Amino acid sequence: MKIVVTVKQVPATTAEKRYTADLRLDRASTESIVNPLDEYAIEQALRLQESGAVAEVAYLSMGPESAAEALRRALAMGGEEAYLVTDDALAGADEWATARVLAAALDKLAPDVALMGMASDDARGSLVPGAVAAIRGVPLLSYGSELSLGDGVARVRRLTATGFDIVEAPLPVVASVTDQVGEPRYASLKGIMAAKRKTLETWSLADLGLDADAIHGAALTRVVEARPPEAKPPTERIENLGADEAATKIADWLAARKLI
Amino acid sequence: MTYLPTAEHDELRAVVREVATEQIAPRAAEIDAKAEFPWDLKELLARQDLLGTGFEERHGGTALDTIGQAIVAEEIARADATTSLIPIVQKLGALPITMAGSEEQKDRYIPRLASGEWLIAFALTEAAAGSDVSSNRMRARLDGDCYVLNGSKRFITHGSVANVLTVFALTDPDVGGRKGMSAFIVETDTPGFAVARVEHKMGIRGSPTAELNFDDVRVPVENRLGAEGDGFHIAMDTLDRSRLSIAAQAVGIAQGAIDEATRYATDRRQFDQRVIDFQGIQFMLADMVSQTEAARQLTYAAAARVGANASDLAYWTSCAKLIAGDTAMRVTTDAVQVLGGYGYITEYPVERMMRDAKITQLYEGTQQIQRLIIARQILQRGGVGASQRTQEQPRP
Repeated sequence: MKIVVTVKQVPATTAEKRYTADLRLDRASTESIVNPLDEYAIEQALRLQESGAVAEVAYLSMGPESAAEALRRALAMGGEEAYLVTDDALAGADEWATARVLAAALDKLAPDVALMGMASDDARGSLVPGAVAAIRGVPLLSYGSELSLGDGVARVRRLTATGFDIVEAPLPVVASVTDQVGEPRYASLKGIMAAKRKTLETWSLADLGLDADAIHGAALTRVVEARPPEAKPPTERIENLGADEAATKIADWLAARKLI
Repeated sequence: MTYLPTAEHDELRAVVREVATEQIAPRAAEIDAKAEFPWDLKELLARQDLLGTGFEERHGGTALDTIGQAIVAEEIARADATTSLIPIVQKLGALPITMAGSEEQKDRYIPRLASGEWLIAFALTEAAAGSDVSSNRMRARLDGDCYVLNGSKRFITHGSVANVLTVFALTDPDVGGRKGMSAFIVETDTPGFAVARVEHKMGIRGSPTAELNFDDVRVPVENRLGAEGDGFHIAMDTLDRSRLSIAAQAVGIAQGAIDEATRYATDRRQFDQRVIDFQGIQFMLADMVSQTEAARQLTYAAAARVGANASDLAYWTSCAKLIAGDTAMRVTTDAVQVLGGYGYITEYPVERMMRDAKITQLYEGTQQIQRLIIARQILQRGGVGASQRTQEQPRP
């Protein structure tokens, strides 16, 4: 049994984001991390491996050459090998183009489960798992709070407003998991050292038999505007008042906004 | 000669800082208030392979270079000085074994220390023998295939939580401590060993400092480290290297205080402006940062000498510990000043850091002992100051 976890390198959550002239995220100017929501998928895969349900965990990323750092970080947490699809033609790829590339790479790797985080921390489209499943023609088990495997099926437990669903499908599948799977482990020192010696293979579009023009032409979306979020209005402070007076002020403030 | 940190050092610092910031710093106030040894964090550090950084890979360690080991101590101390002592004392207690132990002794003990399964402590100091190590009184009398240990040790960091100790006792009291002392590995479940009490301390309160009693404790001959009479030299060789960890701990404490003071000064407003916008505060922070940077670089310079087993490593580690300890004390005191009244109360961590900093001027040789060591080196060189030429020597 083999799981391939897709890993995206994203700007650090707290980093200030800048855009290039053609409205792409300027990745060179920001500190990059492993997409925090992908860390849950990694954790889920490694737990399945520790339980004996999975023999091999590999990672797959699409991104600039620097995304190898994110893959090394994933390898430091565990797993056997990693693959990076990098190609100048992929700059500015949207979710659909990304899904086509990942699907082609997954065809080559042929895992029983392609496991993904529920969203990326930068774009938050949450479209890629569904698109990859559609392109590959395999079932999608999305938003699992837990993934389990057995008897040729994959099963996710998915929280709902009123309880939970258990959804299962025959292998192979694409699955995505939420932050409910359990806290991701930290990379240990030995893990970091071992990661440097693990296989990290780089593929171009040609290696996947994909045509750059076709992929880029396949982008279904176009960014027309990008701007930072509007600054929050200054915080109103109520200070140096007695408890009664402060409570009255807060109640008045809430009442004026029809919140109480 | 290189003065730039390597990419590996940067990565190591980032990894340890993440764990320390997210898992250790939030526990620091409670550890201090309750004066409880943080067993949970010992497990965390073991899981992250941070207790075996000074041990060889064949024994389950990660064999970091000495600068890397200093970075680990520094980054943990930045979050909590108590917790930083877990890897520091693991190294201190084990140094007599790694330096003077036989292969059999290393194979028997180091793997359990590297994995964190066992804790070790270094039992040298006695109630009447602090700085003056040679006035130790504890006895070790040979009786058949065992030495019989009698006496007591005081101020032993982790003495009450350790599974094993390196203990220094007189095998030949007639010739005194310098020539008549020997070193032993003692497992703490040996009959006759008892923890007499744990001290109530000003700082590093979660790190138990114990008084230990030895009442006819029988230690097998094969647990003696080196030859009879080697004890004093083993102890000094250990301290010459281990006080590097204290310098690193002091740098970490100072950096933690700087970070807290900077954050507070940025958030706090008085007279309609941020406190950090007052030039008087900026000058204080600039002094704190530059002094700490000087201490850090001296610590790494000393670490490089320890790594190279340089003939003058004692001089370097004493210089580093002296400067770093005094810097930690001054910087943490200034951090309290930056926070004003809030710095003096337990709601903010800087008062704890100030109490923790004081120990770095006291243990593993007081600052006055460091000055004696440095001055002796000057005298040995015929009154010439620091040599910048470092020569490697065979390992002890």
